[in-house]
Amino acid sequence: MSKVPADLRYLKSHEWARLESDGSVTIGISDHAQQALGDLVFVEVPEPGRRVMAGEACAVVESVKAASDIYSPVSGEIIAGNAELGGQPELINRDPYGGGWIMRVRPEDKSQFAALLDAKAYEAALAAETH
Amino acid sequence: MPFIPHTANDIREMLAVIGVPDIDALFDEIPRELRCEVLESIPAGLTEMEVGRLMEERATRDGRRLNFIGAGAYEHHIPAAIWAIVARGEFYSAYTPYQAEASQGTLQLLYEFQSMMTSLTGMQASNASLYDGASAVAEACLMAVRANRRSKSARILVPAALNPVYRAVLASITGNQDVSVEVLPYDARGGHLSTAALEKYRGEDVTALVIQQPNFFGTLEDVDALTDLAHAEGMLVIAVVNPTSLAVLKPPGEWGSKGVDIVCGEGQPLGVPLSSGGPYFGFMTTRMEHVRQMPGRIVGRTVDLDGKPGYTLTLQAREQHIRRSKATSNICTNQGLLVTAATIYLALLGAKGLAQVANASIERTAQLVAALTRIRGVHAVFDRPRFNEAVLQLDRPVAPVLEALTARGIVGGYDLAPHYPALGCALLVCATETRTAADIDAYARALAEVLDEAAAA
Repeated sequence: MSKVPADLRYLKSHEWARLESDGSVTIGISDHAQQALGDLVFVEVPEPGRRVMAGEACAVVESVKAASDIYSPVSGEIIAGNAELGGQPELINRDPYGGGWIMRVRPEDKSQFAALLDAKAYEAALAAETH
Repeated sequence: MPFIPHTANDIREMLAVIGVPDIDALFDEIPRELRCEVLESIPAGLTEMEVGRLMEERATRDGRRLNFIGAGAYEHHIPAAIWAIVARGEFYSAYTPYQAEASQGTLQLLYEFQSMMTSLTGMQASNASLYDGASAVAEACLMAVRANRRSKSARILVPAALNPVYRAVLASITGNQDVSVEVLPYDARGGHLSTAALEKYRGEDVTALVIQQPNFFGTLEDVDALTDLAHAEGMLVIAVVNPTSLAVLKPPGEWGSKGVDIVCGEGQPLGVPLSSGGPYFGFMTTRMEHVRQMPGRIVGRTVDLDGKPGYTLTLQAREQHIRRSKATSNICTNQGLLVTAATIYLALLGAKGLAQVANASIERTAQLVAALTRIRGVHAVFDRPRFNEAVLQLDRPVAPVLEALTARGIVGGYDLAPHYPALGCALLVCATETRTAADIDAYARALAEVLDEAAAA
């Protein structure tokens, strides 16, 4: 079973989002997603300063099997990308909810975050996907 | 297994499985009025004997003319060994194989090709080739838009002295992709791109600058200054080069203080015959930092479970069979057979041989320009250093002069008037190592006669 921390929000496309104390949102991919992709070999993180819309593809993770787009769960401005992933894409495999974070967004509209899936709903979505 | 994709029997069985009476029924959803039953403009088929005769007749019409035309495709000596080796069954394929790793020989050859191209261009990574020089330039521009992530404008600057055919293909390929291509004028005296023309874009968001070296006029560009200026403004730099010239000119990887970002060009000069305009092949190399944005297939060297070296397709996650519409390109079919010829050509000539070809071409072109400009009414137009081509000004329209030369068995060059009306009666001429002193004399005599006759008429 993959880990689904209760304090995060999720997208059906397997991104997670965490609301930080400064109001920004940190984004990564779920434990389930990293397991499904297999060993990651490259991550393309977005440039800070870029404006993104909720649902817009703004990063790419490439594993030995496939390359997949990462969608932003919220609209806003990218304020940071995880530069560590440049040399160590495997951080996402090792620690998807910690050192493997991908980007941070300053959201325009706080209600978008609240509308994301909670851990329970995401677990239900995972269960539906595997059946 | 027969080498017939499907026999009539196979087709019947497959249709029976899916419960369809005949092939036509599969196209039912296409409205009748949209179907063209017969393509009227396409004539009926010919037999092998008829085609053979037709082609022989056409080849005879071409004759054995003395050729002084370059303009993007160059007549070089092709040692007989090259196509004898290429035609071997083991090499005789136009594609990278679909069951790639089963064809270690093909992959090794492509790997050698990539190594040669990175070495010639001074870059770090090469793909296994593209269609031709023109599409390579367009692919390089699209790649620059992906790779220059600080730029939001998708604006590409190209010099007017970039091959006009490349500019046309670039417009076709990028036309519907929100890329804007802006043309920079050439300097009227030198025929080159002046830094002043580029200075105008200071402070603007421009994605990339294309520099062709030598440019379409055969003129050498001030590549160091242009590269540094473009980089200082946050542009990527795309070099479009003649691979033969790189044996004697500075590789694009060393232009300016940082070197360019993408190199591409037409591979035809490396052992591929002119053959009425194709097939040729394009090449592309880049720096490691941009390798994931490079279109096309890439062969890598690795080791197997026993530690033995082996070759494999690598970085495939960029490609269309994995990324579909988001692939780095959906038109990156390579030209395996021509790349095979080029690899053998480079291996056979070596660095020294290629430099001899390049130097002989420079020398013969200088001799050609000297011989032709001695004729009254013929002047050289640009005053900068050249490679194997030069622009000459005639005292009358070029097209009828070329026609009269053709009647004398000489292909005299490329009429620039349709693409560069501002140059007036301008003719682009070329000489490679294949043109002897006697050839050049013959051309000079013929041109003098043609111009005299025209003046007298």
